[in-house]
Amino acid sequence: MSRRFVTLTRIVNTGAVNFVRNAWLAIAAMAVMIITLTIVLFSVITNATFANTIAQITDKIDVSVYLKDTTDEAAGRAFAGQLEGLPNAKSVNFLSKDQVLRRYRQQNANNPALLSAINETDNPLPATIQVKPKDLNKIQDIRDFLNKPNNKKLWEDVSYRDDRKAAIDKIAHATNLLRRAGIAAVLIFAVISMLIIFNTIQMAIFNRREELTIMRLLGAGTWYIRGPFVVETVIYGVISAAVSVIIIHSLFVAASSALQATSLGLLDINYSAQYFRQHFFVLLTIQLVLGILIGAVSSIIATRRYLKFKTAN
Amino acid sequence: MILLDRVTKTYGKVATPALDRVSLHVEPKEFVIVVGQSGAGKSTLLKLLTREERPTSGKIVVGGIDYDKLKDKDIPILRRKIGVVFQDFKLLPNRTVFENVAFALEIVGATNHEIRATVPKVLEIVNLRGKESRLPMELSGGERQRVAIARAIVRQPKILIADEPTGNLDPKHAWDVIKVLEKINHFGTTVLLTTHNQEIVNKLKRRVVTVEHGQVIADRDKAEYKI
Repeated sequence: MSRRFVTLTRIVNTGAVNFVRNAWLAIAAMAVMIITLTIVLFSVITNATFANTIAQITDKIDVSVYLKDTTDEAAGRAFAGQLEGLPNAKSVNFLSKDQVLRRYRQQNANNPALLSAINETDNPLPATIQVKPKDLNKIQDIRDFLNKPNNKKLWEDVSYRDDRKAAIDKIAHATNLLRRAGIAAVLIFAVISMLIIFNTIQMAIFNRREELTIMRLLGAGTWYIRGPFVVETVIYGVISAAVSVIIIHSLFVAASSALQATSLGLLDINYSAQYFRQHFFVLLTIQLVLGILIGAVSSIIATRRYLKFKTAN
Repeated sequence: MILLDRVTKTYGKVATPALDRVSLHVEPKEFVIVVGQSGAGKSTLLKLLTREERPTSGKIVVGGIDYDKLKDKDIPILRRKIGVVFQDFKLLPNRTVFENVAFALEIVGATNHEIRATVPKVLEIVNLRGKESRLPMELSGGERQRVAIARAIVRQPKILIADEPTGNLDPKHAWDVIKVLEKINHFGTTVLLTTHNQEIVNKLKRRVVTVEHGQVIADRDKAEYKI
């Protein structure tokens, strides 16, 4: 066994032994880490759930372009093809006059008055191109394309105007706000939790500063002193991360089975639980990395001041 | 082995220095007793030698190492060469007697085998066999002092600095400690001892350096305690 290996084993061992010997301090520090990491994890999942809800809402929004009867089907399809080429078009669906009529009949199957009215005429419904936008904020791009002189003669009307336009713009604005607020919340929670954890570890090490200075006086090297503290706080991080994941897991189990709830206010719990399950290992890894990183960095910074040598005066 | 050349140490902006142009030369294998009242500057002197403090001016060379040229990263290496018995013991509170002594060997990278072979022998010398698994807080003052001594001598350092190592001991145990220091000095370690104990100084008949108001006022061989 090389000396280096002996030293490394010793550092890890000492860290583990210290963890057990300072159990109360460890529990106090881990309690704080668990709470903050749980909040971070919860905010990540909530954010993903809101993002999903927003996506569902935006998915229901489309711009319908009602073509003139003078535009024949081939020209209509060609026009739909052009629309599909727009950067903001997620999907484009062309419905011929017959298809629109069929859909109208289906939608109004329970309304004989409307059905008989439509039967008496010669299909007054226009062929329609439905354009689903990728980004609600850029619907105007589609509108601008439609308004080009060459294109304008092909269609008669478009759904994106007046009240409908106002409603879509409002939704776009609200979803923008929600999305930004979600990301900001995750970041804020992450930063706050980092500060809290850092402070907790700093206090834990402050409690043991005597140990650090004694080791220094006896001639121990910087990493020989610091190493066990880093190992100890990394153990805090691993345990706290694991516990936070367990807490979130039990929360969803409790919410879905005991409460039999599918949503909690605006939060779609079913989706949250599904997101958590599907991204379990990614989330666990994020928590572990976060816990280990914050733990290690905090103890490195917190031990530094006690390991400094006196400078000349 | 130890050389101080006109060393002055002033703490902060205090007008009177804790040490004032102190010069001292200690040969290898010497046994030197530093005496002086509290506040005379003894502790400052020892702190300068372990590089716990830096002198305001003057030159210090210990074991061939010039402190002016000593880089921060080499301070641990210097400290490993010097065994120190601190006045307040400075034992690691969360570690047992055995682990406290073993720590001195661990930091120089000794193997577990070496540690298991050496530590019990040293604990035997300071009469602490059977208390290996006690924590410092479970020991009496005298026992703690002996742990500190065991830790200081376990590496068989070339230089041993003992700051009032008999301060908390009854006369019998005090003599046991002094005997350990004499023994280790006999094997070739340079010993620098500070003490208040007049009886010990008088019986030892060694070189005595008297410090007062931060200055060396007497330096005599085979001397007796006199302030």
